[in-house]
Amino acid sequence: MRFVDEYRDPAAARALVSQITELAGDDHFKFMEVCGGHTHTIYRHGIEHVLPPSVELVHGPGCPVCVIPMGRIDDAIAVAETRDVVFTSFGDMMRVPGGEGNLLQAKARGADVRFVYSPLDALRIAVESPDRDVVFFAVGFETTAPSTALTLLQAREHNVTNFSVFCNHVTIVPPIKAILESPDLRLDGFLGPGHVSTVVGQRPYRFVPAQYGKPLVTAGFEPLDILQAIAMLLVQIREGRCDVENQSPRVVKEDGNPRALRLLAEVFELRPHFEWRGLGFISQSALKLRPEFAAHDAELRYSVPGVRVADPKACQCGEVLKGVIKPWECKVFGTACTPETPIGTCMVSSEGACAAYYNFGRLHREAAVALGRPV
Amino acid sequence: MCLGIPGQVVEFLEVSDQLARVDVSGVGRIVNIGLLEDVDLAVGDWVLIHVGFAMSKIDEDEAALALASLQLMGRAFDEELEAFWSSRITNEAGGR
Ligand code: SF4
Repeated sequence: MRFVDEYRDPAAARALVSQITELAGDDHFKFMEVCGGHTHTIYRHGIEHVLPPSVELVHGPGCPVCVIPMGRIDDAIAVAETRDVVFTSFGDMMRVPGGEGNLLQAKARGADVRFVYSPLDALRIAVESPDRDVVFFAVGFETTAPSTALTLLQAREHNVTNFSVFCNHVTIVPPIKAILESPDLRLDGFLGPGHVSTVVGQRPYRFVPAQYGKPLVTAGFEPLDILQAIAMLLVQIREGRCDVENQSPRVVKEDGNPRALRLLAEVFELRPHFEWRGLGFISQSALKLRPEFAAHDAELRYSVPGVRVADPKACQCGEVLKGVIKPWECKVFGTACTPETPIGTCMVSSEGACAAYYNFGRLHREAAVALGRPV
Repeated sequence: MCLGIPGQVVEFLEVSDQLARVDVSGVGRIVNIGLLEDVDLAVGDWVLIHVGFAMSKIDEDEAALALASLQLMGRAFDEELEAFWSSRITNEAGGR
Protein backbone atom coordinates (compact mmCIF):
# COMPACT_ATOMS: atom_id res chain seq x y z
CA MET A 1 0.00 0.00 0.00
CA ARG A 2 3.02 2.21 -0.34
CA PHE A 3 1.52 4.55 -2.88
CA VAL A 4 -1.62 5.29 -0.96
CA ASP A 5 0.54 6.56 1.87
CA GLU A 6 2.50 8.58 -0.59
CA TYR A 7 -0.63 10.40 -1.61
CA ARG A 8 -0.57 11.75 1.94
CA ASP A 9 -4.31 12.04 2.00
CA PRO A 10 -5.60 9.08 0.00
CA ALA A 11 -9.21 9.95 0.74
CA ALA A 12 -8.76 13.41 -0.73
CA ALA A 13 -6.99 11.89 -3.74
CA ARG A 14 -9.86 9.47 -4.33
CA ALA A 15 -12.43 12.23 -3.94
CA LEU A 16 -10.61 14.38 -6.49
CA VAL A 17 -10.28 11.51 -8.92
CA SER A 18 -14.00 10.79 -8.75
CA GLN A 19 -14.82 14.50 -9.12
CA ILE A 20 -12.57 14.61 -12.19
CA THR A 21 -14.17 11.45 -13.61
CA GLU A 22 -17.64 12.86 -13.12
CA LEU A 23 -16.80 16.26 -14.58
CA ALA A 24 -15.13 14.74 -17.62
CA GLY A 25 -18.05 12.42 -18.30
CA ASP A 26 -17.93 10.93 -21.76
CA ASP A 27 -15.85 13.69 -23.29
CA HIS A 28 -12.11 13.55 -23.83
CA PHE A 29 -9.83 16.23 -22.46
CA LYS A 30 -6.20 16.92 -23.16
CA PHE A 31 -4.34 19.18 -20.73
CA MET A 32 -0.73 20.21 -20.98
CA GLU A 33 1.48 20.53 -17.91
CA VAL A 34 3.99 23.16 -18.92
CA CYS A 35 6.51 22.57 -16.16
CA GLY A 36 9.10 19.81 -15.89
CA GLY A 37 8.57 19.67 -12.13
CA HIS A 38 4.95 18.72 -12.76
CA THR A 39 5.99 16.08 -15.28
CA HIS A 40 8.24 14.58 -12.63
CA THR A 41 5.45 14.49 -10.03
CA ILE A 42 3.00 13.06 -12.54
CA TYR A 43 5.25 10.12 -13.36
CA ARG A 44 6.62 9.72 -9.87
CA HIS A 45 3.13 9.35 -8.46
CA GLY A 46 1.53 7.57 -11.35
CA ILE A 47 -1.03 10.33 -11.77
CA GLU A 48 -1.76 9.47 -15.39
CA HIS A 49 -2.94 6.09 -14.26
CA VAL A 50 -5.21 7.28 -11.50
CA LEU A 51 -6.94 9.64 -13.91
CA PRO A 52 -9.87 8.40 -15.93
CA PRO A 53 -9.01 7.58 -19.57
CA SER A 54 -11.09 10.61 -20.54
CA VAL A 55 -8.44 12.95 -19.13
CA GLU A 56 -5.08 12.92 -20.85
CA LEU A 57 -2.00 14.83 -19.72
CA VAL A 58 0.61 15.90 -22.24
CA HIS A 59 4.01 17.22 -21.30
CA GLY A 60 5.14 20.66 -22.23
CA PRO A 61 8.39 22.51 -22.85
CA GLY A 62 9.00 23.66 -19.26
CA CYS A 63 12.24 21.86 -18.53
CA PRO A 64 14.99 24.44 -19.10
CA VAL A 65 17.67 21.80 -19.59
CA CYS A 66 15.59 20.09 -22.27
CA VAL A 67 15.08 23.11 -24.48
CA ILE A 68 18.70 24.21 -24.95
CA PRO A 69 19.59 23.46 -28.59
CA MET A 70 22.66 21.49 -29.66
CA GLY A 71 24.41 24.54 -31.09
CA ARG A 72 24.41 26.35 -27.76
CA ILE A 73 26.07 23.37 -26.09
CA ASP A 74 28.79 23.50 -28.74
CA ASP A 75 29.18 27.22 -27.99
CA ALA A 76 29.48 26.40 -24.30
CA ILE A 77 32.16 23.83 -25.05
CA ALA A 78 34.06 26.32 -27.20
CA VAL A 79 34.08 28.81 -24.31
CA ALA A 80 35.07 26.08 -21.86
CA GLU A 81 38.02 25.12 -24.05
CA THR A 82 39.32 28.68 -24.22
CA ARG A 83 42.64 29.22 -22.45
CA ASP A 84 42.47 30.22 -18.77
CA VAL A 85 38.73 29.73 -18.62
CA VAL A 86 37.03 28.01 -15.71
CA PHE A 87 33.62 27.02 -17.05
CA THR A 88 30.96 26.57 -14.37
CA SER A 89 27.60 24.92 -14.87
CA PHE A 90 24.68 23.37 -13.03
CA GLY A 91 25.17 19.60 -12.86
CA ASP A 92 22.12 18.99 -15.07
CA MET A 93 23.78 20.63 -18.07
CA MET A 94 26.94 18.54 -18.00
CA ARG A 95 25.54 15.57 -19.90
CA VAL A 96 23.39 17.45 -22.39
CA PRO A 97 24.63 16.41 -25.82
CA GLY A 98 25.71 18.98 -28.38
CA GLY A 99 26.96 18.31 -31.87
CA GLU A 100 30.49 18.01 -30.47
CA GLY A 101 29.76 15.89 -27.40
CA ASN A 102 28.96 17.21 -23.95
CA LEU A 103 30.66 19.27 -21.27
CA LEU A 104 31.81 16.20 -19.33
CA GLN A 105 33.67 15.03 -22.43
CA ALA A 106 35.21 18.48 -22.81
CA LYS A 107 36.33 18.19 -19.19
CA ALA A 108 37.85 14.77 -19.90
CA ARG A 109 39.77 16.37 -22.79
CA GLY A 110 41.28 18.83 -20.34
CA ALA A 111 38.89 21.79 -20.14
CA ASP A 112 38.39 23.17 -16.63
CA VAL A 113 34.66 22.52 -16.31
CA ARG A 114 33.24 22.66 -12.79
CA PHE A 115 29.87 21.93 -11.42
CA VAL A 116 28.31 24.63 -9.21
CA TYR A 117 25.11 24.76 -7.23
CA SER A 118 24.60 28.49 -7.58
CA PRO A 119 25.80 31.36 -9.77
CA LEU A 120 27.12 32.82 -6.51
CA ASP A 121 29.43 29.81 -6.23
CA ALA A 122 30.75 30.65 -9.68
CA LEU A 123 31.30 34.25 -8.62
CA ARG A 124 33.15 33.04 -5.57
CA ILE A 125 35.49 30.95 -7.72
CA ALA A 126 36.21 34.09 -9.75
CA VAL A 127 37.04 36.06 -6.61
CA GLU A 128 39.33 33.29 -5.40
CA SER A 129 41.13 32.81 -8.70
CA PRO A 130 41.90 36.29 -10.04
CA ASP A 131 44.24 34.87 -12.71
CA ARG A 132 41.50 32.76 -14.29
CA ASP A 133 38.42 33.78 -16.28
CA VAL A 134 35.33 32.28 -14.76
CA VAL A 135 32.27 31.79 -16.94
CA PHE A 136 28.86 30.77 -15.63
CA PHE A 137 26.58 28.80 -17.96
CA ALA A 138 23.23 30.42 -17.15
CA VAL A 139 20.13 28.40 -18.04
CA GLY A 140 16.59 28.42 -16.75
CA PHE A 141 13.28 30.24 -16.91
CA GLU A 142 12.21 33.26 -14.89
CA THR A 143 12.66 31.12 -11.78
CA THR A 144 16.42 31.10 -12.19
CA ALA A 145 17.14 34.27 -14.16
CA PRO A 146 16.72 36.66 -11.17
CA SER A 147 19.49 34.75 -9.37
CA THR A 148 21.81 35.31 -12.31
CA ALA A 149 20.76 38.98 -12.34
CA LEU A 150 21.62 39.49 -8.67
CA THR A 151 24.93 37.68 -9.13
CA LEU A 152 25.82 39.97 -12.05
CA LEU A 153 24.96 43.04 -10.00
CA GLN A 154 27.25 41.79 -7.24
CA ALA A 155 30.02 41.08 -9.73
CA ARG A 156 29.73 44.63 -10.99
CA GLU A 157 29.51 46.15 -7.53
CA HIS A 158 32.61 44.31 -6.33
CA ASN A 159 34.33 44.83 -9.66
CA VAL A 160 34.98 41.13 -10.27
CA THR A 161 36.24 41.60 -13.82
CA ASN A 162 37.16 37.96 -14.40
CA PHE A 163 33.54 36.81 -14.15
CA SER A 164 31.17 36.50 -17.07
CA VAL A 165 27.87 34.81 -17.89
CA PHE A 166 27.00 32.73 -20.95
CA CYS A 167 23.34 33.61 -20.93
CA ASN A 168 20.74 31.07 -22.07
CA HIS A 169 17.83 32.17 -19.95
CA VAL A 170 14.46 31.65 -21.58
CA THR A 171 10.99 32.98 -20.87
CA ILE A 172 7.90 30.92 -20.28
CA VAL A 173 5.19 32.72 -22.23
CA PRO A 174 6.49 32.55 -25.85
CA PRO A 175 6.76 28.74 -25.97
CA ILE A 176 3.20 28.45 -24.62
CA LYS A 177 2.13 30.75 -27.43
CA ALA A 178 4.11 28.71 -29.96
CA ILE A 179 2.37 25.56 -28.79
CA LEU A 180 -1.03 27.21 -28.99
CA GLU A 181 -0.22 28.21 -32.56
CA SER A 182 1.00 24.73 -33.45
CA PRO A 183 -1.40 22.85 -35.68
CA ASP A 184 -0.43 19.36 -34.46
CA LEU A 185 -1.95 19.75 -31.07
CA ARG A 186 -5.45 20.16 -29.77
CA LEU A 187 -5.36 21.16 -26.11
CA ASP A 188 -8.21 21.90 -23.74
CA GLY A 189 -6.23 23.74 -21.11
CA PHE A 190 -2.97 24.18 -19.24
CA LEU A 191 -1.51 23.40 -15.86
CA GLY A 192 0.59 26.51 -15.31
CA PRO A 193 4.10 26.25 -13.90
CA GLY A 194 4.42 26.66 -10.14
CA HIS A 195 7.89 28.05 -9.43
CA VAL A 196 8.10 30.27 -12.49
CA SER A 197 4.82 31.81 -11.47
CA THR A 198 6.15 32.78 -8.04
CA VAL A 199 8.28 35.21 -10.05
CA VAL A 200 6.06 36.24 -12.99
CA GLY A 201 2.70 35.96 -11.21
CA GLN A 202 -0.59 35.18 -12.91
CA ARG A 203 -0.88 38.15 -15.21
CA PRO A 204 1.35 37.01 -18.12
CA TYR A 205 -0.92 34.02 -18.74
CA ARG A 206 -4.07 36.03 -19.35
CA PHE A 207 -3.57 35.81 -23.11
CA VAL A 208 -4.19 32.07 -22.95
CA PRO A 209 -7.91 32.44 -22.15
CA ALA A 210 -8.21 35.88 -23.74
CA GLN A 211 -6.72 35.10 -27.15
CA TYR A 212 -6.90 31.34 -27.40
CA GLY A 213 -9.95 30.55 -25.30
CA LYS A 214 -8.18 27.98 -23.13
CA PRO A 215 -8.25 27.87 -19.32
CA LEU A 216 -5.01 27.83 -17.33
CA VAL A 217 -4.57 26.91 -13.67
CA THR A 218 -1.20 27.41 -11.96
CA ALA A 219 -0.53 24.54 -9.59
CA GLY A 220 1.79 23.44 -6.80
CA PHE A 221 3.99 20.34 -7.02
CA GLU A 222 2.20 17.89 -4.78
CA PRO A 223 0.21 15.12 -6.44
CA LEU A 224 -2.90 16.49 -4.76
CA ASP A 225 -2.16 19.97 -6.12
CA ILE A 226 -2.07 18.56 -9.62
CA LEU A 227 -5.29 16.60 -9.20
CA GLN A 228 -6.98 19.66 -7.78
CA ALA A 229 -5.78 21.86 -10.63
CA ILE A 230 -7.16 19.35 -13.15
CA ALA A 231 -10.51 19.44 -11.36
CA MET A 232 -10.42 23.26 -11.46
CA LEU A 233 -9.80 23.21 -15.22
CA LEU A 234 -12.76 20.89 -15.74
CA VAL A 235 -15.04 22.98 -13.50
CA GLN A 236 -14.22 26.04 -15.60
CA ILE A 237 -14.98 24.20 -18.81
CA ARG A 238 -18.23 22.78 -17.48
CA GLU A 239 -19.33 26.17 -16.20
CA GLY A 240 -18.54 27.66 -19.57
CA ARG A 241 -15.80 29.83 -18.07
CA CYS A 242 -12.27 30.32 -19.28
CA ASP A 243 -9.89 32.05 -16.90
CA VAL A 244 -6.46 32.06 -15.34
CA GLU A 245 -6.87 30.51 -11.90
CA ASN A 246 -4.46 29.83 -9.10
CA GLN A 247 -4.49 26.53 -7.29
CA SER A 248 -1.81 27.61 -4.80
CA PRO A 249 -2.55 31.26 -3.91
CA ARG A 250 -0.35 31.12 -0.84
CA VAL A 251 2.70 30.47 -2.97
CA VAL A 252 1.86 32.16 -6.27
CA LYS A 253 0.81 35.81 -6.00
CA GLU A 254 -1.14 37.67 -8.65
CA ASP A 255 1.79 40.01 -9.30
CA GLY A 256 4.54 37.46 -8.75
CA ASN A 257 7.71 38.81 -7.16
CA PRO A 258 8.01 42.49 -8.20
CA ARG A 259 11.57 42.75 -6.89
CA ALA A 260 12.68 39.80 -9.04
CA LEU A 261 10.88 41.25 -12.07
CA ARG A 262 12.62 44.60 -11.55
CA LEU A 263 15.97 42.82 -11.41
CA LEU A 264 15.23 41.00 -14.66
CA ALA A 265 14.39 44.29 -16.36
CA GLU A 266 17.54 45.91 -14.99
CA VAL A 267 19.98 43.25 -16.14
CA PHE A 268 18.43 41.55 -19.18
CA GLU A 269 16.76 42.43 -22.44
CA LEU A 270 14.86 40.20 -24.84
CA ARG A 271 16.70 38.56 -27.70
CA PRO A 272 14.97 39.07 -31.04
CA HIS A 273 14.82 35.30 -31.42
CA PHE A 274 16.24 32.16 -29.83
CA GLU A 275 16.29 28.57 -30.94
CA TRP A 276 14.52 26.04 -28.73
CA ARG A 277 15.34 22.40 -29.05
CA GLY A 278 12.51 20.77 -30.91
CA LEU A 279 10.43 23.95 -31.16
CA GLY A 280 12.69 25.87 -33.55
CA PHE A 281 13.20 29.63 -33.41
CA ILE A 282 10.77 31.53 -31.21
CA SER A 283 10.88 35.30 -31.29
CA GLN A 284 11.47 37.26 -28.08
CA SER A 285 11.68 34.06 -26.09
CA ALA A 286 15.06 34.41 -24.42
CA LEU A 287 17.14 36.90 -22.45
CA LYS A 288 20.55 38.39 -23.02
CA LEU A 289 22.58 40.81 -20.95
CA ARG A 290 21.93 44.51 -21.38
CA PRO A 291 24.78 46.50 -22.96
CA GLU A 292 25.65 47.92 -19.51
CA PHE A 293 26.80 44.41 -18.60
CA ALA A 294 28.82 43.85 -21.77
CA ALA A 295 32.00 43.39 -19.71
CA HIS A 296 30.39 40.36 -18.09
CA ASP A 297 28.84 38.93 -21.25
CA ALA A 298 30.64 35.72 -22.30
CA GLU A 299 29.09 35.91 -25.77
CA LEU A 300 30.97 39.16 -26.33
CA ARG A 301 34.16 38.12 -24.54
CA TYR A 302 34.72 34.83 -26.31
CA SER A 303 34.36 33.75 -29.86
CA VAL A 304 31.62 31.17 -30.04
CA PRO A 305 30.83 29.23 -33.22
CA GLY A 306 27.16 30.18 -33.00
CA VAL A 307 26.32 27.48 -35.49
CA ARG A 308 22.91 25.91 -35.65
CA VAL A 309 23.17 22.13 -35.30
CA ALA A 310 20.28 19.91 -36.33
CA ASP A 311 19.10 17.38 -33.77
CA PRO A 312 20.10 13.75 -34.41
CA LYS A 313 17.72 12.04 -36.82
CA ALA A 314 16.61 9.48 -34.27
CA CYS A 315 15.73 12.15 -31.73
CA GLN A 316 12.08 13.01 -31.24
CA CYS A 317 12.52 15.42 -28.35
CA GLY A 318 10.71 18.11 -30.30
CA GLU A 319 7.56 16.05 -30.46
CA VAL A 320 7.92 15.14 -26.79
CA LEU A 321 8.41 18.78 -25.80
CA LYS A 322 5.32 19.79 -27.72
CA GLY A 323 3.35 16.94 -26.24
CA VAL A 324 2.72 15.40 -29.65
CA ILE A 325 4.11 12.02 -28.65
CA LYS A 326 4.66 10.34 -25.28
CA PRO A 327 8.25 9.51 -24.31
CA TRP A 328 7.89 5.80 -24.91
CA GLU A 329 6.66 6.43 -28.43
CA CYS A 330 10.11 7.69 -29.43
CA LYS A 331 11.85 4.97 -31.42
CA VAL A 332 15.06 5.10 -29.40
CA PHE A 333 13.41 5.43 -25.96
CA GLY A 334 14.99 3.05 -23.45
CA THR A 335 17.11 1.39 -26.09
CA ALA A 336 19.66 3.72 -27.67
CA CYS A 337 18.51 6.60 -25.45
CA THR A 338 18.73 6.09 -21.68
CA PRO A 339 19.69 8.40 -18.79
CA GLU A 340 23.23 6.92 -18.98
CA THR A 341 23.54 7.48 -22.72
CA PRO A 342 21.08 10.24 -23.59
CA ILE A 343 20.55 11.04 -27.25
CA GLY A 344 18.08 13.81 -26.53
CA THR A 345 17.84 16.33 -23.72
CA CYS A 346 14.54 15.02 -22.35
CA MET A 347 16.49 12.01 -21.09
CA VAL A 348 19.14 14.06 -19.27
CA SER A 349 17.44 16.08 -16.59
CA SER A 350 15.38 14.22 -14.02
CA GLU A 351 12.66 16.68 -14.91
CA GLY A 352 12.76 15.77 -18.57
CA ALA A 353 9.70 13.79 -19.63
CA CYS A 354 11.74 10.87 -21.00
CA ALA A 355 13.94 10.53 -17.91
CA ALA A 356 10.93 10.84 -15.62
CA TYR A 357 9.10 8.16 -17.53
CA TYR A 358 12.20 5.97 -17.76
CA ASN A 359 12.72 6.18 -14.00
CA PHE A 360 9.15 5.97 -12.83
CA GLY A 361 6.97 4.65 -15.62
CA ARG A 362 6.72 1.24 -14.08
CA LEU A 363 5.21 2.80 -10.95
CA HIS A 364 2.03 3.71 -12.82
CA ARG A 365 0.46 0.34 -12.48
CA GLU A 366 1.28 0.03 -8.78
CA ALA A 367 -0.09 3.47 -8.05
CA ALA A 368 -3.29 2.74 -9.88
CA VAL A 369 -3.75 -0.55 -8.06
CA ALA A 370 -3.02 1.08 -4.71
CA LEU A 371 -5.68 3.68 -5.37
CA GLY A 372 -8.15 0.97 -6.22
CA ARG A 373 -8.44 1.70 -9.92
CA PRO A 374 -8.39 -1.10 -12.42
CA VAL A 375 -5.60 -0.68 -14.95
CA MET B 1 18.23 22.38 -10.64
CA CYS B 2 14.51 23.04 -10.85
CA LEU B 3 13.65 21.99 -7.35
CA GLY B 4 12.96 24.42 -4.54
CA ILE B 5 14.25 23.21 -1.19
CA PRO B 6 12.64 24.47 2.02
CA GLY B 7 15.02 25.91 4.59
CA GLN B 8 14.61 27.76 7.88
CA VAL B 9 16.30 31.10 8.47
CA VAL B 10 18.75 30.80 11.34
CA GLU B 11 20.62 34.08 11.21
CA PHE B 12 21.00 37.18 9.06
CA LEU B 13 24.51 37.95 7.92
CA GLU B 14 26.26 40.97 6.53
CA VAL B 15 23.68 43.34 5.11
CA SER B 16 25.22 44.57 1.87
CA ASP B 17 25.29 41.20 0.16
CA GLN B 18 21.92 40.20 1.59
CA LEU B 19 22.90 36.86 2.97
CA ALA B 20 21.29 34.64 5.57
CA ARG B 21 22.22 31.35 7.12
CA VAL B 22 19.51 28.73 6.65
CA ASP B 23 19.08 25.25 7.94
CA VAL B 24 18.09 22.54 5.46
CA SER B 25 17.48 19.11 6.96
CA GLY B 26 19.90 19.86 9.78
CA VAL B 27 22.67 21.29 7.61
CA GLY B 28 23.44 24.99 7.64
CA ARG B 29 24.36 26.89 4.49
CA ILE B 30 24.39 30.51 3.44
CA VAL B 31 21.88 31.72 0.86
CA ASN B 32 21.10 35.05 -0.72
CA ILE B 33 17.84 36.70 0.35
CA GLY B 34 18.00 39.65 -2.02
CA LEU B 35 14.94 38.49 -3.96
CA LEU B 36 12.84 38.81 -0.80
CA GLU B 37 13.78 42.42 -0.12
CA ASP B 38 10.11 43.45 -0.17
CA VAL B 39 9.14 40.65 2.20
CA ASP B 40 9.19 40.70 6.01
CA LEU B 41 11.62 37.99 6.91
CA ALA B 42 12.55 36.98 10.46
CA VAL B 43 14.73 34.35 12.05
CA GLY B 44 12.69 31.14 12.24
CA ASP B 45 10.83 31.83 8.97
CA TRP B 46 10.81 29.24 6.19
CA VAL B 47 11.88 29.97 2.64
CA LEU B 48 12.00 28.03 -0.60
CA ILE B 49 15.59 27.95 -1.86
CA HIS B 50 16.54 27.70 -5.52
CA VAL B 51 20.15 27.79 -6.78
CA GLY B 52 21.37 29.53 -3.63
CA PHE B 53 18.63 32.17 -3.47
CA ALA B 54 15.56 32.33 -1.27
CA MET B 55 12.69 32.49 -3.80
CA SER B 56 9.67 32.85 -1.57
CA LYS B 57 8.65 32.84 2.05
CA ILE B 58 6.47 29.87 2.94
CA ASP B 59 4.78 28.81 6.16
CA GLU B 60 5.86 25.91 8.28
CA ASP B 61 3.16 23.57 6.97
CA GLU B 62 4.09 24.25 3.39
CA ALA B 63 7.73 23.66 4.23
CA ALA B 64 6.90 20.29 5.78
CA LEU B 65 4.77 19.35 2.77
CA ALA B 66 7.41 20.43 0.32
CA LEU B 67 10.07 18.48 2.16
CA ALA B 68 7.90 15.36 2.33
CA SER B 69 7.19 15.43 -1.38
CA LEU B 70 10.84 16.12 -2.21
CA GLN B 71 11.88 13.13 -0.15
CA LEU B 72 9.60 11.01 -2.31
CA MET B 73 11.43 12.18 -5.41
CA GLY B 74 14.35 9.98 -4.45
CA ARG B 75 17.44 10.48 -6.55
CA ALA B 76 16.50 13.89 -7.93
CA PHE B 77 16.22 15.26 -4.40
CA ASP B 78 19.39 13.55 -3.18
CA GLU B 79 21.30 15.13 -6.03
CA GLU B 80 19.81 18.55 -5.32
CA LEU B 81 20.70 18.25 -1.61
CA GLU B 82 24.24 17.16 -2.42
CA ALA B 83 24.56 20.12 -4.75
CA PHE B 84 23.21 22.42 -2.05
CA TRP B 85 25.67 21.06 0.49
CA SER B 86 28.53 21.60 -1.94
CA SER B 87 27.68 25.29 -2.07
CA ARG B 88 30.25 27.60 -0.55
CA ILE B 89 28.53 30.95 -0.66
CA THR B 90 30.11 33.05 2.09
CA ASN B 91 29.84 36.58 3.33
CA GLU B 92 33.29 37.41 1.97
CA ALA B 93 32.18 37.10 -1.65
CA GLY B 94 33.31 40.63 -2.42
CA GLY B 95 36.37 41.35 -4.50
CA ARG B 96 39.62 42.27 -2.88
S1 SF4 C 1 13.84 9.00 -25.93
FE1 SF4 C 1 15.67 10.27 -26.12
S2 SF4 C 1 15.74 10.94 -28.25
FE2 SF4 C 1 13.68 10.13 -27.88
S3 SF4 C 1 12.48 11.95 -27.34
FE3 SF4 C 1 13.24 11.09 -25.42
S4 SF4 C 1 15.19 12.14 -24.99
FE4 SF4 C 1 14.63 12.54 -27.16
